[in-house]
Amino acid sequence: MTTEAIPTLSSFDAAALDRAFAALDAQATHAASELSGPDAVEAFRLAWLGRKQGRLKAVQDLWLKAAPVDAKKSLGQRFNALKTHVESLLDQAAGAGPSDAALAAEAIDITLPGTRRLLGAEHPITKTLNELISVFAALGYSVGVGPEVETDFYNFESMNFPPGHPARDTQDTLVVANQDRRPQRDRLLMRTHTSPVQMRTMELQPPPVRIVIPGKVHRNDAQDATHSPIFHQVEGLCVDTNITFSDLKGTLDHAMKALFGSSVKTRFFPSFFPFTEPSADVQISCIFCGGKGCRKCKQSGWIELLGCGMVDPAVFAFAAEKQPAYDSKKISGFAFGMGVERIAMMKYGISEIGQFYAGDMRFLGQFA
Amino acid sequence: MKILTKWIRAYLPALSVDDHKLAEDLTLRGIAVDGVYDLGPGNGSLLEMDVTTNRVDAMNHYGVAREAATIYGVDLKKLDFALPAAQPAAAPFSVKIEAEDACGRFTARVLRNVTIADTRDWFPGAEVDTYFKLLEQKKISNAVDASNFAWLAMGQPTHTFDLDKIEGGIVVRRARKGEKLKTLDGIERTLDPEDLVVADHAKPLALAGVMGGWDSMITPATKNVLVEAAWFDPIAVRRTARRHGLHTDASHRFERGADFNAAPLASALVCSILLASGGHIEGDLVDVRVPAIEARTAARKPVALALSEVHRHLGTTLDAEGIIASTVETVLTALGCVLAPAGDAAWSVTLPSWRLDVEREIDLIEEIARVYGYNRFANTLPAFAGGVRALPFVAAEAAARETLRAAGFHEAISSTFCSAAEAVLTAPQPGQSVPLGNPLSEEAGMLRPSLVPGMLAMVGGNLHRDIADVRLFELGTVFSGTTEKVEEHPALAFAAAGALPQQSALHAARPLDFYDIKGVVEQLLARFQLRAVYFDRFPPEAGLTPAWLHPYRSARIVADGITVGWFGQLHPVEASVRKLKDAVLVGEVYIDRLYKLPLRKPAARELSRFQPVRRDFSLVLDESVAWEKIDQALDGLHLPELVDWRAREVFRDPKRTTQEYSLLLGVTFQAPDRTLRDDELQSFQSQVVEAVGKAGARLRS
Repeated sequence: MTTEAIPTLSSFDAAALDRAFAALDAQATHAASELSGPDAVEAFRLAWLGRKQGRLKAVQDLWLKAAPVDAKKSLGQRFNALKTHVESLLDQAAGAGPSDAALAAEAIDITLPGTRRLLGAEHPITKTLNELISVFAALGYSVGVGPEVETDFYNFESMNFPPGHPARDTQDTLVVANQDRRPQRDRLLMRTHTSPVQMRTMELQPPPVRIVIPGKVHRNDAQDATHSPIFHQVEGLCVDTNITFSDLKGTLDHAMKALFGSSVKTRFFPSFFPFTEPSADVQISCIFCGGKGCRKCKQSGWIELLGCGMVDPAVFAFAAEKQPAYDSKKISGFAFGMGVERIAMMKYGISEIGQFYAGDMRFLGQFA
Repeated sequence: MKILTKWIRAYLPALSVDDHKLAEDLTLRGIAVDGVYDLGPGNGSLLEMDVTTNRVDAMNHYGVAREAATIYGVDLKKLDFALPAAQPAAAPFSVKIEAEDACGRFTARVLRNVTIADTRDWFPGAEVDTYFKLLEQKKISNAVDASNFAWLAMGQPTHTFDLDKIEGGIVVRRARKGEKLKTLDGIERTLDPEDLVVADHAKPLALAGVMGGWDSMITPATKNVLVEAAWFDPIAVRRTARRHGLHTDASHRFERGADFNAAPLASALVCSILLASGGHIEGDLVDVRVPAIEARTAARKPVALALSEVHRHLGTTLDAEGIIASTVETVLTALGCVLAPAGDAAWSVTLPSWRLDVEREIDLIEEIARVYGYNRFANTLPAFAGGVRALPFVAAEAAARETLRAAGFHEAISSTFCSAAEAVLTAPQPGQSVPLGNPLSEEAGMLRPSLVPGMLAMVGGNLHRDIADVRLFELGTVFSGTTEKVEEHPALAFAAAGALPQQSALHAARPLDFYDIKGVVEQLLARFQLRAVYFDRFPPEAGLTPAWLHPYRSARIVADGITVGWFGQLHPVEASVRKLKDAVLVGEVYIDRLYKLPLRKPAARELSRFQPVRRDFSLVLDESVAWEKIDQALDGLHLPELVDWRAREVFRDPKRTTQEYSLLLGVTFQAPDRTLRDDELQSFQSQVVEAVGKAGARLRS
């Protein structure tokens, strides 16, 4: 920083003025070149342009006041040029910021990992449920829910599993204690599927109905790599006038393409569910090999994914007890159901169904 | 079930497709073939079948052959077993059906002077030896094998009795109380009065439709035989079989509905095989039928079917012509229906006796769709004009999940069940927990009254696997009430253990504490439109704090005067029971109570353009003065310019030599409309000091 005092001018002729101003100009230029950081820039501004003790103020006081009248104009011009120059140096210094050397001293290791904020993960079941719900929301389906503890009536009887029917054998049921003395249809059990919500929905609402039902279900099954006594389903129900089997096919084909990609194909097989007639199992072309055949699809090129069918008139008859509009002569509908774990396992490459319910931080963290 | 293509081809002389194509076509029509195994030259293939429970008619060779005949439109050989002429009987063999609700038909044929011998290929249509070898079916004797052959051929159970062990004649009746029967499996059974039995005039001989009796079975010494082929009611057979813990081929078929008309044919097949080793028939076939049951099986009323209904249910086909009247007629006729025209493109359809699963128009429509081919229908989307409604709690549920995830908690899902001890420990209302009647295990004997047991199990699972930093939450259903009436509520639980993990090389890990989860609770509550939230704690003797919580490091959450949950450090006793060495923080929110509230709607306020002024006060307080008192005192000033205050540091002498602690209180003053003047600030500061002084704090000198 320039600190020496302003010299006294010996002469006011042009040459002397030029020399004196050139010296000041050089001082300012040199000082400005060494500026580093906003504090230094401010010090430079005060040193040169300060209103009380600035060097330009001193030049004014020492030279301009002492100048003879005929020299005032020429000195004034030179003074203004110097001032403009100092101001431009200041602007430059302020704009340029610290020197490269100063910046280099602040270098950091940018290859160290970034500071990551904690971010909790959505459970893969929730994630899959939400995806399914949004696929069907786009087709006009609202979401319905129902209790996990159901009556025999909603879980079985109204879904056309009559008491004593062998179809009940296919769904081993966990029952609530002390039900033996109650009428069969009032007995409480853990719902074995989300289908009872079909009946609960229809009892509350006349057609048209478009609903998807996500939920937890339970069966008295042994646990292995792909089976669990606890699992989740998404059920769908569509009832209106003129709902057909080809509508069922088109809806599920569309949904499977939305879920797994537009190149996925579907095919339908006759199957049997008490609450649908006709009933079908749906396979999708293997999402791992594209249908060529691989270990995942047991070389068949197809993966079985869901069950579906046209709502059985017997189910409508139960609904019509509370909502007469469910007259199977006038309306028709379809229903479908799928295991959420199975879809999540396929989508995310999960090999053990038990991992969904173990709360292992390492497993869950992968879905953040 | 295993099917030989060699056997079914015997019924289908004109069938030209190979076994693999046959298997694929059957599968696409709902007669699922899981595997095709080549049995070598001339032997065809073995088909591993997975036929759905409703199609018992197709769980045998003739049934599968009928399906193939329908698919390809080829002829199916009629079953016909020529029997030698009978020698006259002195009197017809006596058969009486007493249980007319449960036995629809009973045929009996007497064979005399038979020879119980080995099995061989007897005659065309009875290649018992060949087929059994290919099926790896064990051969026993001609009598037993004849029954098994008829079963595999046509799915009709039959039974052979040693005639000389039968006293009088046959009576089909319910068992008498205390009656005993030793069944073919060698077990002596005490019969229930509901059991359906085939008896003679003195004793029960067999569990009808389930299993024969030991004493009347065929032995090498048997000379005279009674061949039974009958029709028993599904529910009666199912109940009898269940009561005795039995599931046999015969009970499987009868439970699902046998063919009322198959009995005489099956009897003829069994008899012709037996007679191939000698002996003769005595008397005519005794055939007792119950008209009421015949009327609902073999002689059902025709069903009306209209092509328009077929189209209404099935919709658009890929093929422009689609399903026409001749399609309907061809398919249903091949399946054994008899169609009589009933108007324009409508029929009166007589149903085949072997298809009790087909009884309504919709069932016929399914048959048409199935045989036509599901994949020949188009993919169409139904028109829809309605809207999509969201469930009322969806937004709140999403807000809760989002808040917990943003705080670094992973979502978990745990078991719906817990042990009785866990239920007692965690039930919010004592005694309100519901046991299962047939639990998966003792540890899963109760419906969970709280999400805490699952949470603790999952935290333990992590810590025991040396995963030290745990942050989990679960949104799930909890159960209360009684086995008469079960209540379900949504709940939210969360737990944390260990440290906030080291986030980078430049940030040290920090142990999680009570205030970390309190902050999560506060942020969760802040999502809802609430007037007042506070946290409190009860003396242990009040018995109000849940037993799973540390009595001095836990809090109740009260929102708008309602208890909405509890959280804090896990009680050290519970931690040690679970072998958890680290402090575990855990809480549960009765989130249905929050779902009743609207979500908070953000409302913007004007931001001050004027300089805020921050001041710190170093305070000394008695241990009895909690932060809440300071907080309330400052709140009570109602000073608009006092825009923020917070505890910036709390210091307690680790040796606890005094009953006092230090608090650094930071406050911010700011006015919306002006820069604060010095004299104003002086006044505000004095007010703050006075207020906290009244609350029990003094300025550190």
